[in-house]
Amino acid sequence: MKKLGKAVVLFPFVLWMVLLILVPLALIAYYAFTKSDGNILQFSFENFKSFIRPDLLLVLARSLKLSLIATAICLFAGYPVAMILAGNTFKKKALLLVLFIAPMWMNFLLRTYAWLTLLEGTGVINTILDALGLGTHTFLGNENAVVFGMVYNLLPYMIFPIYSSICKISPNILEAAEDLGSNAYTRFTRIILPLSIPGVLSGITMVFVPGVTTFVISQFLGSGNVILIGDIIEQQFTRASNWGFGAAISIVVMIVVFICMWIINRFTDEPEVTML
Amino acid sequence: MKKFFSKAYFYIVLLFLYLPILTLVIFSFNSAKSRGRWGGFSTVWYQRLFHNSSMMDALVTTVIVALLAAVISTVIGTISAIALHNSSEKFRKTMLNITYIPMMNSDIVTGVSLMMLFTFLRFRLGFTTLLISHITFCIPYVILSVLPKLYGINRSVYEAALDLGATPLTAYSKIIIPDIMPGIISGFLMSLTLSIDDFVISFFNTGAGVQNISILVYSSKTGVNPENYALSSLMFAAVIILLLVMNLRSNHDQRRNVK
Repeated sequence: MKKLGKAVVLFPFVLWMVLLILVPLALIAYYAFTKSDGNILQFSFENFKSFIRPDLLLVLARSLKLSLIATAICLFAGYPVAMILAGNTFKKKALLLVLFIAPMWMNFLLRTYAWLTLLEGTGVINTILDALGLGTHTFLGNENAVVFGMVYNLLPYMIFPIYSSICKISPNILEAAEDLGSNAYTRFTRIILPLSIPGVLSGITMVFVPGVTTFVISQFLGSGNVILIGDIIEQQFTRASNWGFGAAISIVVMIVVFICMWIINRFTDEPEVTML
Repeated sequence: MKKFFSKAYFYIVLLFLYLPILTLVIFSFNSAKSRGRWGGFSTVWYQRLFHNSSMMDALVTTVIVALLAAVISTVIGTISAIALHNSSEKFRKTMLNITYIPMMNSDIVTGVSLMMLFTFLRFRLGFTTLLISHITFCIPYVILSVLPKLYGINRSVYEAALDLGATPLTAYSKIIIPDIMPGIISGFLMSLTLSIDDFVISFFNTGAGVQNISILVYSSKTGVNPENYALSSLMFAAVIILLLVMNLRSNHDQRRNVK
């Protein structure tokens, strides 16, 4: 009786997970590995073969490179922020945390759109520079602009996991280390840093994966000059409507991302969700 | 001295996060339709915004989808987390690994795969598919914020309630649920945040004229659109007020608890 009750409770969840997670993934594989000849569907590697083109491989390499740079910047810029938030520099910590979450509650596209206003040729920053006699500059339409956009949008996703893993460190350990004569530098390298690694890893995941596959940031801030792998996938499902090819690229991206994540996550067992 | 530098660095990062938002707020009051030039104070874009039916529709769609997706995924996620907590370890691990997939996968793959499913099942893309896709990517976050709280609860209180004659359902609603409430609330808030912020999954799973704010902004990305500024400013004001109220309330609760 008890077992039956449990099965009834779990059934909708299992059904939901299978239907909306596993079946869609199977469909991607189905589209990627088939080719239609008139009315006949055939198993084929053609979609994958057509991905092996120098220009497309270059796009994939560029996506990985830009996202890696953005992840590194987020890590080095975000770690100190997480430490300051977790430490006792400020009294009203809860309020400051709220200030960091607030921009995320505004739509991601609106935030990116705002940078256009600041950075474009006739935008605010150029107007100010021009008024100061420094001339106008081109900020948009290159790889730097795309990396900048990734850092801006994804920085909070790096800060929160690190912040919460630093918060979990017991103050007793730090006090003990201090009593035993370690200085602030040793306490950081021997205690805080090693114990915050789970947060660092989940931060890296939360920045790197969206970075590799974005197509909004490249279209908004790259002005169409910087093509990323996300742009190619999006095109296959919208303008080109070549679903098979789009599905094949999705699988390639999935595998590449999983390999990267596997390398990074070899150090921990479970991903942590620690945003709020 | 060290404190001074930490504070300075902290405020610079905060400024970096808020600079574009402040710009949007200022330019929403600009009477000139320009991104770089100030033409005087005016509320014309706010008036236009309220008369722009596609923008108001998008705002309503965003809010309704976010609230529904957050409520439904919190209910499904919490019940599933409790059920998973009581099931065998092998089954739990398998299900959790499936649950992790959308979190580890990129949005574009999740979005595209769901679109393929809906097309395959001959669903028409629109409000329902948009809502289902949002619930799907929210559930894992609810489960993963509720499950750790379940590991931490004291089972003997629950057993004591049963010994004193409570039915399992009463014992759950009076003892277990209040215990895991912080996890449920944080799962709910996370779902709300993710749903409001999502663009990619919505982009692939909506149709028939149903637009949320992300999709509307995406389709108007070329050209200057000061109504977008007004919309952003209003949304930002709403967020700040909501967060401040929540923060004041939690401060109040903390003080009461101390007493």
